[in-house]
Amino acid sequence: MKFRRRAQQQQEEETVSLPGMYRVGEPIQDTKAPDGPIEDRWDTRRFQAKLVNPVNKRKLTVIVVGTGLAGGSAAATLGELGYKVKSFCYQDSPRRAHSIAAQGGINAAKNYRGDGDSIYRLFYDTVKGGDYRARESNVYRLAQVSVNIIDQAVAQGVPFAREYGGLLDTRSFGGTQVSRTFYARGQTGQQLLLGAYQALERQVAAGNVEVFTRHEMLELIVSGGRARGVVVRDMVTGEIETHLADAVVLASGGYGNVFYLSTNAKGCNTTAIWRAHKKGAYFGNPCYTQIHPTCIPQSGDHQSKLTLMSESLRNDGRVWVPKRKGDNRAPGDIPEDERDYYLERIYPAFGNLVPRDIASRAAKNVCDEGRGVGPGGLGVYLDFADAIRRMGREAVEKKYGNLFEMYERITGENPYEVPMRIYPAVHYTMGGLWVDYDLQSTIPGLFVIGEANFSDHGANRLGASALMQGLADGYFVLPTTIGDYLAGATSFGPVEEDDVAEARKAVQDKIDKLLSVNGNRTADSFHRELGRIMWDYCGMERTEESLRKALERIPELREEFWNNVKVPGDAEGLNQALERAGRVADFFELAELMCIDALHRTESCGGHFRAESQDADGEALRDDENFAYVAAWEWTPEGPVLHKEELNYEYVKMTQRSYK
Amino acid sequence: MAVTGAVLVLFLIAHMLGNLKIFLGADSFNHYAEWLRTVGSPALPNRTVLTITEIVLVVCVVLHMWAAVSLARRAAKARPVKYAAKRKSQANGYATHTMRYGGVIIVLFVIWHLLDMTFGTVNPEGGDATPYARMIAGFQPDRWWVALFYLVAMVMVGFHLRHGLWSAFQTLGLTRRPRVRSTLQTTAVAVSAVLVIGFVSAPVCILIGVVK
Amino acid sequence: MNLTLKIWRQNGSSDKGRMVTYRVDDVSPDMSFLEMLDVLNERLILEGDDPVAFDHDCREGICGMCGMVINGVAHGEQKLTTTCQLHMRHFKDGDTITIEPWRAAAFPVVKDLVVDRSAFDRIIQAGGFVSVPTGSAPEAHSVPVPKADADAAFDAATCIGCGACVAACPNGSASLFTAAKITHLSLLPQGQPERESRARAMVEQMDAEGFGGCTNTGECTAVCPKGIPFDTIARMNADYLKAASK
Repeated sequence: MKFRRRAQQQQEEETVSLPGMYRVGEPIQDTKAPDGPIEDRWDTRRFQAKLVNPVNKRKLTVIVVGTGLAGGSAAATLGELGYKVKSFCYQDSPRRAHSIAAQGGINAAKNYRGDGDSIYRLFYDTVKGGDYRARESNVYRLAQVSVNIIDQAVAQGVPFAREYGGLLDTRSFGGTQVSRTFYARGQTGQQLLLGAYQALERQVAAGNVEVFTRHEMLELIVSGGRARGVVVRDMVTGEIETHLADAVVLASGGYGNVFYLSTNAKGCNTTAIWRAHKKGAYFGNPCYTQIHPTCIPQSGDHQSKLTLMSESLRNDGRVWVPKRKGDNRAPGDIPEDERDYYLERIYPAFGNLVPRDIASRAAKNVCDEGRGVGPGGLGVYLDFADAIRRMGREAVEKKYGNLFEMYERITGENPYEVPMRIYPAVHYTMGGLWVDYDLQSTIPGLFVIGEANFSDHGANRLGASALMQGLADGYFVLPTTIGDYLAGATSFGPVEEDDVAEARKAVQDKIDKLLSVNGNRTADSFHRELGRIMWDYCGMERTEESLRKALERIPELREEFWNNVKVPGDAEGLNQALERAGRVADFFELAELMCIDALHRTESCGGHFRAESQDADGEALRDDENFAYVAAWEWTPEGPVLHKEELNYEYVKMTQRSYK
Repeated sequence: MAVTGAVLVLFLIAHMLGNLKIFLGADSFNHYAEWLRTVGSPALPNRTVLTITEIVLVVCVVLHMWAAVSLARRAAKARPVKYAAKRKSQANGYATHTMRYGGVIIVLFVIWHLLDMTFGTVNPEGGDATPYARMIAGFQPDRWWVALFYLVAMVMVGFHLRHGLWSAFQTLGLTRRPRVRSTLQTTAVAVSAVLVIGFVSAPVCILIGVVK
Repeated sequence: MNLTLKIWRQNGSSDKGRMVTYRVDDVSPDMSFLEMLDVLNERLILEGDDPVAFDHDCREGICGMCGMVINGVAHGEQKLTTTCQLHMRHFKDGDTITIEPWRAAAFPVVKDLVVDRSAFDRIIQAGGFVSVPTGSAPEAHSVPVPKADADAAFDAATCIGCGACVAACPNGSASLFTAAKITHLSLLPQGQPERESRARAMVEQMDAEGFGGCTNTGECTAVCPKGIPFDTIARMNADYLKAASK
């Protein structure tokens, strides 16, 4: 009740401060998480969940969109369970999903080091790392199944790094003080994804899964109030296809590409979840964006994407900038006492290992002070000179060799001799479609897993937790919870033809429109401009003023897009320009919602930093009194409606995060 | 390919050892040639072993060539459209890229070699002379071009073997471990080199008059 | 710098295709090869022409989606580098660059530089996995793996499935790709139960897809952006011979 009142008060305030931008609707609740001790909740839910008769599973079709860690593992597991699975990806093979690019590792509460780790500690660290904006029940379950993921991956033949005794090696990773991160050199995502991919292909061979590559989901089919299928475009033939099912799983990843420049793959897009959002799925916390501190800085306007350097580099590299503003000397010429190892100075306890949001903002601050290095002063040094002195070049090479090579390939500089230059870049979106404990969205039968959901990371994701969450959702959580929904499939009834026709028409209309504008600008040029607006006004630091400016500019630009975009060719056959234009169109709409969400959340938390809300030291200042909720946004033609899901912390006490 | 190649390599080693008998004088060499015909005698009729060897060799050569042709045909089928840009080899190893036309040169050489040394058709001494006489006559300085052809062919054989041997080790799956792999690499080079030197030494010595 | 590009254009699988020459000016040496093509494509779109279709996704050298034969070399002459990671600083002002798709019967051209590599997926389907249903795995530490084996398995497992090995092989063979997966799994204890059946099924699928035979030229390893070792092919051969002899 107290919460209700608070919400109402706030609503009044907001209708004054944000007139016409959004309305506040009924609060929303996660009705699926069981009560009781947190350790037992997942067990309880698994026992409560209804089972599907093995004979009936064969008759049930599940669509899985996306083949990354979450989608690939889910499709494989559902196939093993006996469901008929249809799996879709826009790439030419399921093995190429962008999970493949994850470098650093995967967390698991195995406590193989005996360094005090436990399921509870992983749970605690994740809730704290997420700046108290994640659900306790979900996070605890994530920590619980983390150990099963490692077992599963090892059994699949994932070649994790090992010690001389033949046991698995672990390391400590961004923002944690225990060594719980399992890794496969700098290619952990690749190895885990190939494990899931191979499991998926095994099911293809067994006839349980059908994979549709080079197919892009463009619309969700909702019939009788349930998600019943998708409309996809065969990107090779251009054909618009309808696929019906008993449940739909979206595992289409994050939307970091709304910023144009990000560490996402070029094809990553929001279309699948945005279409679902417009069909009734609430969007949770769209403004929570993770800016990764260790990326290779932009080299020019031609830049098409940014490349991440694994955060593991911060284990041995030291971050610094010159003490003096505008110091243009070569790094080697700057004496030790004229360098500012600012992370070690400001955060003596965690030093270079502070969580991502903190490291990113600190880099931005020193660059804003005019102490940045490299082109445009947008960079800080990540220096391995000490590590090379201490461990020897060979040891450094062994640990980071492939990352150093990658850096040199891109920049043409040798990081063994010259310190690396790094700068923060958009990396991950904690927000996504709102789901309950069962990972089901507000549309019955629509499940959302991996980065595509608003997930378990709260306002900030810890390093090596994305792989963990994707695989937890795909291998262990969804295959159990979806059964509870599918057990009632006999009562679903047939899919209404009108609903299918409407979805197909929406897709066709949009394609026709894009092709008919025939203006003077490419979709990419709009995308770049949108990205610039988002980075400048809704990026690492947000203010009311900047967000308002963004909300003015985005609709103007969107308007121009629909009147002036040029998409060559036709819809028959492969047309990459058409694909891109369709994605950019959806990014425009999402961008606006992100800014509204960022504007309404006047506190700072995790990946969302509002300049108005900081403490005396410039650290993010949460407002737990007013904002300890998940913002779940409903799409309506009249504008977004905010539904708040209150967050309760029974186990982890809410405190101001401190890494000093 | 690997198996037939291996048989042919064994033959080459035996053939080379036999050739080297030229340095022990005419009697030794002729006696060896005679022994090739009579080995197994009297238990077996003359030429039994030799004929069997010849049949095995012919079968191996034919199979080896058939394998090469079918690989080449398969390769052509696997890439029906060729690259417009000249394909630049990225792997080092001249030997690797001369297998096919090197093989053709070797076949042509073998035909000449049989006509010259076995049947004597193109040998100045003719088919009725002793093997020693045919060999000495075959490589006289006035027939320098024969010796040159022989030399070129032997170098070709060397290249062919250098890649062929190593390739055979690889095809038979023997080169899995780095240590074994480098040993076998060296072996391939050494065997090829020894064979080339062994085969070339006799004609060169005849050409410059060391052996008369 | 200013460049001349000769690019293979083919409008769909039934088109015959041809090389078309384009000029691209003001190329920055810091651009990646694909960014240089982006510049060309932006221009083509505005001129109302069909932009050059090419596959790409992560642009950080790991997804394996990109791949072109650049001046006759798969992924270009820079060693251990995918096309997306190749930077223009390796080219000179005035250069003419020939750009072609992977050429192989098993990789039919979809459009321009885009080819269909689904044959690789089918090779994996034939046996490139360990049959371990979700949830059935034993505790991870129950089977120690010697570090040397784990490292060698990792080296083979880094294959990104881009297909450069096929494109570079004079025989159009997919041996390196197939061998990489066979080696990865055959070096680990987890891969032992299915070791022989896997080798046999994968090699047979590879042949059925219409790839050429291996003659051990080593061109595959030389262009492989991940440097998959050549001995993987020996291991595949050993496993296959063992399986076939049974």
